[in-house]
Amino acid sequence: MNNNNLNYLVNSLYLIKPELVISAVIVLLVLVDLIMMKNKKLLPYLSVAGLLVAAYFIIEHFETNTFAFSTGSSAGMMIVDPFGNFFKLLIVFASILVVLFSVASTEIKNSFDRHGEYYALIFGMILGMMFMVSASDLIVIYISLELVSFSSYILAGFTKRSIRNSEASLKYVIYGGISSGIMLFGISIIYGITGSTNLYEINSLIQAPQVQSLTFLLAGILIFVGIGYKISAAPFHFWTPDVYEGAPIPITAYLSIASKAAGFALLIRFIKVTFIQSIDPEGFWHLLAIIDWKTFIIIISILTMTLGNFAALWQSNMKRLLAYSSIAHAGYLLLGLAVMSNEGITAILIYFIVYAFMNLGAFFVVMLIANKIGSEELDDYKGLGYSTPFLGVSLAIFLVSLTGLPPTAGFIGKLYIFIALIDAKMIVVAVIALLNSVVSLYYYIKVLKHMFLDKAEKEIPAFTTSYSSAILLVAIVAPILIFGIYFTPIVDLAKNSITLLGF
Amino acid sequence: MTQIGLNHFLFVSVVLFCLGIFGIITRKNAVMVLMGIELILNSANINFIAFAKYGNFGYQGQMMALFVIILAAAEAAIALAIVLNIYKTFSTVNVDEIDTLKD
Repeated sequence: MNNNNLNYLVNSLYLIKPELVISAVIVLLVLVDLIMMKNKKLLPYLSVAGLLVAAYFIIEHFETNTFAFSTGSSAGMMIVDPFGNFFKLLIVFASILVVLFSVASTEIKNSFDRHGEYYALIFGMILGMMFMVSASDLIVIYISLELVSFSSYILAGFTKRSIRNSEASLKYVIYGGISSGIMLFGISIIYGITGSTNLYEINSLIQAPQVQSLTFLLAGILIFVGIGYKISAAPFHFWTPDVYEGAPIPITAYLSIASKAAGFALLIRFIKVTFIQSIDPEGFWHLLAIIDWKTFIIIISILTMTLGNFAALWQSNMKRLLAYSSIAHAGYLLLGLAVMSNEGITAILIYFIVYAFMNLGAFFVVMLIANKIGSEELDDYKGLGYSTPFLGVSLAIFLVSLTGLPPTAGFIGKLYIFIALIDAKMIVVAVIALLNSVVSLYYYIKVLKHMFLDKAEKEIPAFTTSYSSAILLVAIVAPILIFGIYFTPIVDLAKNSITLLGF
Repeated sequence: MTQIGLNHFLFVSVVLFCLGIFGIITRKNAVMVLMGIELILNSANINFIAFAKYGNFGYQGQMMALFVIILAAAEAAIALAIVLNIYKTFSTVNVDEIDTLKD
């Protein structure tokens, strides 16, 4: 028996190779930072190399579909399946870009010589998010969520001297602590009702009709608080604008993509695995009647996108505007989940691929501009379209894509969400989302108006970007234009990735 | 004398939870807010251990409580470091006065 358990453990270690690589890189980064006191140039290369190795292992085992860390017959603590692997790849991809952004960021460059810590903390976040997307046990869910949060609290205030950074990290740690505490209380109630922390076991236990549904409803909502805070869904979004505005720009970009993606993966897995009753041939899920998730998520998503879009209308700071826009996008993404069908999940995955490119790109341009003019205020953007046409046009493409206009990739993302909504006969919701998109057009275009139509109050000297940044920017812009026309590959990838273990 | 049972533990944990939320909402001092968060975590811990003991669910509950204690310590360390940094930059730890980031 003991020998058998050991075998299961060793086999599980083969399944979590990407996570092991990331853990090894954390140790390596700290060591290299200590040994090579003088030369910090190596650290980003080491990080990117580690991420590429992890990506290789993820792709190698992309089609795996099994439990890890289970003892024989019982369900395991973690799952390795195409759905989780898709999100791991997305996280690794975003991480590579963020490491490259950090190299170009003046803000990070000026923050002492603590680069080793910086990259080690980013890798701590990556590790937490990888566990988050593959967790199938409430214990693992809570611990990985906290691992991500702890690293990001520190990263949000990384430059320390700056007032904005300190304030962002304080607000982040307080909101984060409260919501994860509330989530933990919800977990404890679910444990009390079912006697298990494993999502699959909970699912089989609550099929019986005598489960106390009111208590369960309360626990479910308490857990949603914790996850909703991670994906910045209203009404748990209050931290988002402040933290996004205060944190260093590469970290803001990272929070808006990677931790949101991990949160969505967790939410989808939690709802689908725990509450599923059956899936009909057309791919629609029938959930247990214990909690009416469908209505709940429709309300939350409409609230989220309306609030995000309308609050963004009168923002004058570019980072804050993008923060509200990311809240609005969380609303669109939640609609994909509200459909409660495989088609909706496909739409979410497609949207995430596109969203990663356009949002990271937008933050990258904001960062390059902030490097030169030292400001993110919209008023300082006046006339920028002429003094630096390259950055101006790139930002224009990103913003048009965020609005969801053809021929950019953002249109494809929105299109699939709407198709899923209409197939599920949720026409009213689709119309509300469409009206929201129209509202969002105003504030995205307002930025472009500032850049191209308004005259600068004081003359801005024309400036150029370095070659490496320019190449990176082109590498992000190109997919947005290409996927806008030729989107079969991302749709195929998303369709192949919706397999969750057991369904 | 009534026997101490599951309900007594649950009552204590709910009282602790409410006190934690109350502290977070009413206190202005960042350190006191953090203490409210600790109360919430500990109320969940009482739940875990009480359920594990009275429900005969095995050791999962105790295990979770141990993890939570460790995480709470880590969170307190990080949060206090951040509060210390706030005190250096703002010369106050009153959360209402730290509001340079606003609409």
